[in-house]
Amino acid sequence: MSNAQGLKRVGTDPGTAAVFIITFLGALWSLFAAAYAPDAAMRGQSWLLLGGFLTGIVMLVGTIAGGGVIDDKREYNENVVKAGVIATMFWGIAGLLAGVVIAFQLAFPMLNLEPFGFTSFGRLRPLHTSAVIFAFGGNALIATSFYVVQRTCRTRIAGGIWPWFVFWGYQFFIVMAATGYLIGITQSKEYAEPEWYADIWLTIVWVAYLLVFLGTLWKRKEPHIYVANWFYLAFIVTIAVLHIVNNLSMPVSWFGSRSYSLFAGVQDALTQWWYGHNAVGFFLTAGFLGIMYYFIPKRVQRPVYSYRLSIIHFWSLIFIYIWAGPHHLHYTALPEWAQTLGMTFSVMLWMPSWGGMINGLMTLSGAWDKLRTDPVVRMLVLSVAFYGMSTFEGPVMSVRAVNALSHYTDWTVGHVHSGALGWVGFISFGAVYCLVPWLWKRKGMFSKALVDWHFWIATFGILLYITSMWVAGIMQGLMWRAYNELGFLEFSFVETVEAMHISYIIRALGGVLYLSGAIIMAYNMYRTIKGDVEEEDENVIPQTSAVPAE
Amino acid sequence: MSADEHDVERDAHSGTQTTGHEWDGIKELDTPLPRWWLWVFYASVAWSVVYMIFMPAWPALPGLAGETDHTRGLRDHSERANVAQAMEELQASRAGGYAALEGASIQEIENDPDLLGFVRAAGEAAFGDNCATCHGSGAQGAPGYPNLNDDVWLWGGTYGDIRTTLRVGIRAEHPDTRFSQMPSFGRDDLLTGSEIADVTDYVLSLSGRGEASDDVIARGREIYDIQCASCHMEDGSGDPMQGAPNLADRNWLYGSQRQQVIGIIHRGPYGVMPAWEGRLDEATIDALAAYVYLLGGGEEEGAANRLTGR
Repeated sequence: MSNAQGLKRVGTDPGTAAVFIITFLGALWSLFAAAYAPDAAMRGQSWLLLGGFLTGIVMLVGTIAGGGVIDDKREYNENVVKAGVIATMFWGIAGLLAGVVIAFQLAFPMLNLEPFGFTSFGRLRPLHTSAVIFAFGGNALIATSFYVVQRTCRTRIAGGIWPWFVFWGYQFFIVMAATGYLIGITQSKEYAEPEWYADIWLTIVWVAYLLVFLGTLWKRKEPHIYVANWFYLAFIVTIAVLHIVNNLSMPVSWFGSRSYSLFAGVQDALTQWWYGHNAVGFFLTAGFLGIMYYFIPKRVQRPVYSYRLSIIHFWSLIFIYIWAGPHHLHYTALPEWAQTLGMTFSVMLWMPSWGGMINGLMTLSGAWDKLRTDPVVRMLVLSVAFYGMSTFEGPVMSVRAVNALSHYTDWTVGHVHSGALGWVGFISFGAVYCLVPWLWKRKGMFSKALVDWHFWIATFGILLYITSMWVAGIMQGLMWRAYNELGFLEFSFVETVEAMHISYIIRALGGVLYLSGAIIMAYNMYRTIKGDVEEEDENVIPQTSAVPAE
Repeated sequence: MSADEHDVERDAHSGTQTTGHEWDGIKELDTPLPRWWLWVFYASVAWSVVYMIFMPAWPALPGLAGETDHTRGLRDHSERANVAQAMEELQASRAGGYAALEGASIQEIENDPDLLGFVRAAGEAAFGDNCATCHGSGAQGAPGYPNLNDDVWLWGGTYGDIRTTLRVGIRAEHPDTRFSQMPSFGRDDLLTGSEIADVTDYVLSLSGRGEASDDVIARGREIYDIQCASCHMEDGSGDPMQGAPNLADRNWLYGSQRQQVIGIIHRGPYGVMPAWEGRLDEATIDALAAYVYLLGGGEEEGAANRLTGR
């Protein structure tokens, strides 16, 4: 295996020059914004942006001075994946911590710490959702997709410097969005809170991501494209479309933070939930199915259960998912026919979703014993089980009669978290547990026992979370609709809040457990990377960095 | 490694053929679709199609939609019509109670068990949705927000007084709103800090509290007579015509601690209650007023104020 010194560097190629120009223009815009922004929030934000772009320029100058980024077709690019794995862990803990804080704020409102505006629930809630979905989940997807697409195409990732641009550009987007929320910059669209300038930046990064991914598929050395890559590609393409359409807006000025959406009223609501639901469908489902399709067969050393099922469930999933958004708007101003479509397509989505679950679980056929011996497999499998559970719960909740009870209650919050903590969290943790020994060339993780502890603590945390939210949500829904015999509401809103207090405390404790598991993982990962691994794990099959010869 | 469709291997464990593809060591079995999966998928599609036939489902398709911009479905179901009908039925079911309440005096309400039950239910629901935010779900109040269970009334506690307060609000935007303003004695430099301290000690002494010396009390009294007595009365008994609280009792809207009283004299309170006329209908305001009256502390019409004797 060749060392880094012996590898080919690109020098100052057109890609590097293009990244330099983008970064320079960004810095210039930030400087103007610092001078001319009409709103105070943007004047503050622009200094941070300027700092980010200048840091980018310094990094680029350093790279160019060192002869450019490494781009040698003899080796896979594992450094960008390593960076992604560390970012995943970092943002995971940040996002979970924010979640624990806001969970306690809901149970004990005085923790909003009113004197500081930025500590209020309203500012921290989008910080939590963006950090866990886009920062943690997004980095897990970028890191694993870069790893998987190289291996399954048997070629180094395409694009020279561009994979690095995608990685750093994405981190910068996260910081841009998060600091914006804290100082009150938001366009008030759930899961799409960042304002227009951050949206444009993400669009640039995302298109680069798409091109890097497509470029790697294009130069693949395998005759067929592996199923994981179909899912990754569906995720990247659809997120680009969703992001661009939902964020179409007119900025108030060239350098201000505010903008106005192209859509209004119920059209805006429908566009938002077309986006919002498919963020779940294509970010949190399709993308993570990509992870599942590589890491489960790889870890258990068994073939994927059914190629035919993967084809049918892939196409049915992506065709049907895109219609399901209106189920977020039952019993609203949205015309009833659109609600019907949202509901029926959600019901039809049940089996296409479960196709992924069957393929994930049945791949273990012949290797079920690994559930006993390998905590990473246990994590991956439980994740698929949670996937199955929440993709059954979803269609049930989309039925209008059920939604009449569940909508606006904490049942929805519980549903989301069984998917988020169970499916998305565990499949990502499982993938990272696979990747760390592979990337840093270790015999295993520093401590297998700690992986086990992580698994059990986090699992218990999820159970506390979702059961408390089921109880809270169903009780809340029943209390809202309770009438006395004279035709008046039985309970006032504040009485329902009071009744949920204990559930809110249990939920927050569940969050603490889940966060504790992630902290244990971070420690385990740190010791592994540092090189403190002593025992060999027979479940870790080493992966070399070298691209196999033709 | 580019194995093609011929020459495929079988998986030893399941006996199933592989597809012959391999990526980074991962192979795929050519297992057929699980039958139960396929049939449930078909069933969910069939159920959805049937649902779409019966319910409004598609935007205008030529010849199918008729008068409207979408297919109405065999059931011709309309959730909006259902809501409108349900609202009408609900209002009809309450109409008898509201008709009896209209113009009824509080005695008539109290003497008619049916009407009393109706008023309690209607008032409680309206209170929970509109008033509990400030006054608490049990109407127990909070600092700055009066307790409505006791018999202390800043602006009068008869059924009529409460109804008026609800209608016009306190320091609200209604033209007839109840209005009065205690000066900000400290902030506007009307009194010095030590004068405020003295008058505070005097005010506390009115309800037998505080341990200030006679000198201090005397000084405080002198200030009180000039600055406070015109509204709060010489004996501190207050004046519900001006919303001036009784200072001689043990009830304290903004807290009874010496520092809290000093703070109130320093800044002058300016509590606001919204005017509900126009936001709630008259019938609901009547029900709310009766509900609050019946919480325990209402004053009888025309009877002397129990506290002030006036």
